[in-house]
Amino acid sequence: MGIPSYTLLPHEATCQSPHDGSIATALERSEEGHPAMKIVVCVKYVPDATADRTFNSDNTVDRTGVDGVLSELDEYAVEEALKIRDAGDDCEIVVLTVGPDVARSAILKSLQMGADAGVHVLDDAIHGSDAVGTSLVLAKAIERQQADLVVCGMASTDGSMSVVPAMVAERLGLPQVTFGSQVTVDGTTVRVRRDGDAATETIEGTLPLLLSVTDQANEPRYPSFKGIMAAKKKPVDVLSLSDLGVAAGDVGADAAWTKVQQSQQRPARSAGTIVTDEDGTGAAKLVEFLAGQKFV
Amino acid sequence: MSEILVLVDHTDGVIRKTTAELLTFARRLGEPAAVFVGAGIDSARDALRQYGAEKIYVLDDPELSDYLVVPKAEALAQLVEQAQPAAVLIPSHAEGKEIAGRVAIKASSGLITDAVDIEAGDNGPITTQSVFAGSYTVTATVTHGTPIITVKPNSVTPEAVDAAATEDHFNPVISESAKTAKIVDRSPREATGRPELTEAAIVVSGGRGTGGKFEPVEDFADSLGAAVGASRAAVDSGWYPHAFQIGQTGKTVSPQLYIATGISGAIQHRAGMQTSKTIVAVNKDDEAPIFELVDFGVVGDLHAVLPRAAAQVRARKG
Repeated sequence: MGIPSYTLLPHEATCQSPHDGSIATALERSEEGHPAMKIVVCVKYVPDATADRTFNSDNTVDRTGVDGVLSELDEYAVEEALKIRDAGDDCEIVVLTVGPDVARSAILKSLQMGADAGVHVLDDAIHGSDAVGTSLVLAKAIERQQADLVVCGMASTDGSMSVVPAMVAERLGLPQVTFGSQVTVDGTTVRVRRDGDAATETIEGTLPLLLSVTDQANEPRYPSFKGIMAAKKKPVDVLSLSDLGVAAGDVGADAAWTKVQQSQQRPARSAGTIVTDEDGTGAAKLVEFLAGQKFV
Repeated sequence: MSEILVLVDHTDGVIRKTTAELLTFARRLGEPAAVFVGAGIDSARDALRQYGAEKIYVLDDPELSDYLVVPKAEALAQLVEQAQPAAVLIPSHAEGKEIAGRVAIKASSGLITDAVDIEAGDNGPITTQSVFAGSYTVTATVTHGTPIITVKPNSVTPEAVDAAATEDHFNPVISESAKTAKIVDRSPREATGRPELTEAAIVVSGGRGTGGKFEPVEDFADSLGAAVGASRAAVDSGWYPHAFQIGQTGKTVSPQLYIATGISGAIQHRAGMQTSKTIVAVNKDDEAPIFELVDFGVVGDLHAVLPRAAAQVRARKG
């Protein structure tokens, strides 16, 4: 695909000669009095998982007929960025979302938690994009921000594919350090603990990179009253596809490389047998059931 | 017939059950070709042959194992370019999905994740997925490039087919930039002696109702030869390790039999177990939402019910 990979100087590097590319690096930003590190957090607006989630007639997820929220798992990504800033790193935190009008509330929540600014990519042509299309839009938007660190949640709570971070990193030519359950940033080194199936691993990478965190990484803060008031004044850039230089034909349902043929509500499970454990008979009835099903 | 690449999931050559399952799906679509990355092919060969691998691509460059997903994705994309397969099947765990995501971009190909069934169709494989915490099923196809599909464990019963398993060494070109994120430390988890959670035929899980005492849950699981899982509430309370958490932010399991004890059945938990074939619950609260899902439920205290049940299971097994 058409996104060139780009290289940014680590924010602590001492720069002897002028940067040869046209992009202002983090260090140059620092010299201009801007924060040394720029963190972009990718967030998603999703239908509330506790509501009755449905599909539209075109087999896309209904994001407007259901109450939506900032995807719960993205709160951990926002919190991790805030923790890095709280630890004393001079940085600017930008939250990025792609989605319809209502998706702005996902940005607002993140700003209330403490992020500095928002970017909302809003374009009707994006509707129906699959992960490939979404990752293109995100990558283009991140490229404009010249991020040193991109932070994502472990999955969305609606599509829950967990592949967009890897796709974004691939498009940007960035390494990825993902599913971190504990994160330390030491200068330009990012180290995470990952609790895998068979082992606990320590994974390390050097900025710029893409990081994703699990729900074990931290405890997301609630917006304070001060945070809620401050968020109203924070800037939110609304960008269209043409602002990003993405052709409308490269995203949306028609450009998707996958197609949902059919979505069908799973038939409700037929009511089971419920017994009450009186006089210790519950165990016998349970084992009888298991034996009847040939599990014993 | 076109090849169907299957990324082999193994530890030092001991293949996991998911690999046999993926090879079984691959046979429905074309000629199964196993992609074996890492050391240990001598231990894996027979199992791969037995489950129908007509060909085995061996990629034993040690650099592929130390550097996370990027080199593996580069290697797989190069193999896709060379072999021109009709589809690529990859296990649906965290690493598998990341490799799949990168390969999809590199190979300009559509990606479907977490398939629970795959059938051959006129325009390529037709996948079935279970979405929204298992409340909907979705069928989908890939419409561009080589279909890249990640498949959930326990989605099909592996079929033994004796196959040719001819070997072909493949040497990918790994870029320097692929090596910038690496594993610097690795401590294997202590073996529990129980089946692996996502592969187990029976899972017994405990939640808030255990009050932190998992012994009855573990003992009952052992009587059945089951894996042990835990709800988020139990994990968040520090009662059981996160690696065993079942639900939205933990593992998704789809065993033949799922037994939830002391678990109320919140939507986040359902997301991880709703596709189980048979569901049983033991809970003190007869209003617990988990009872809406069950084939069989016991309203009672797990601390009383489970020890008796374990003893009776052992008695029946003799």
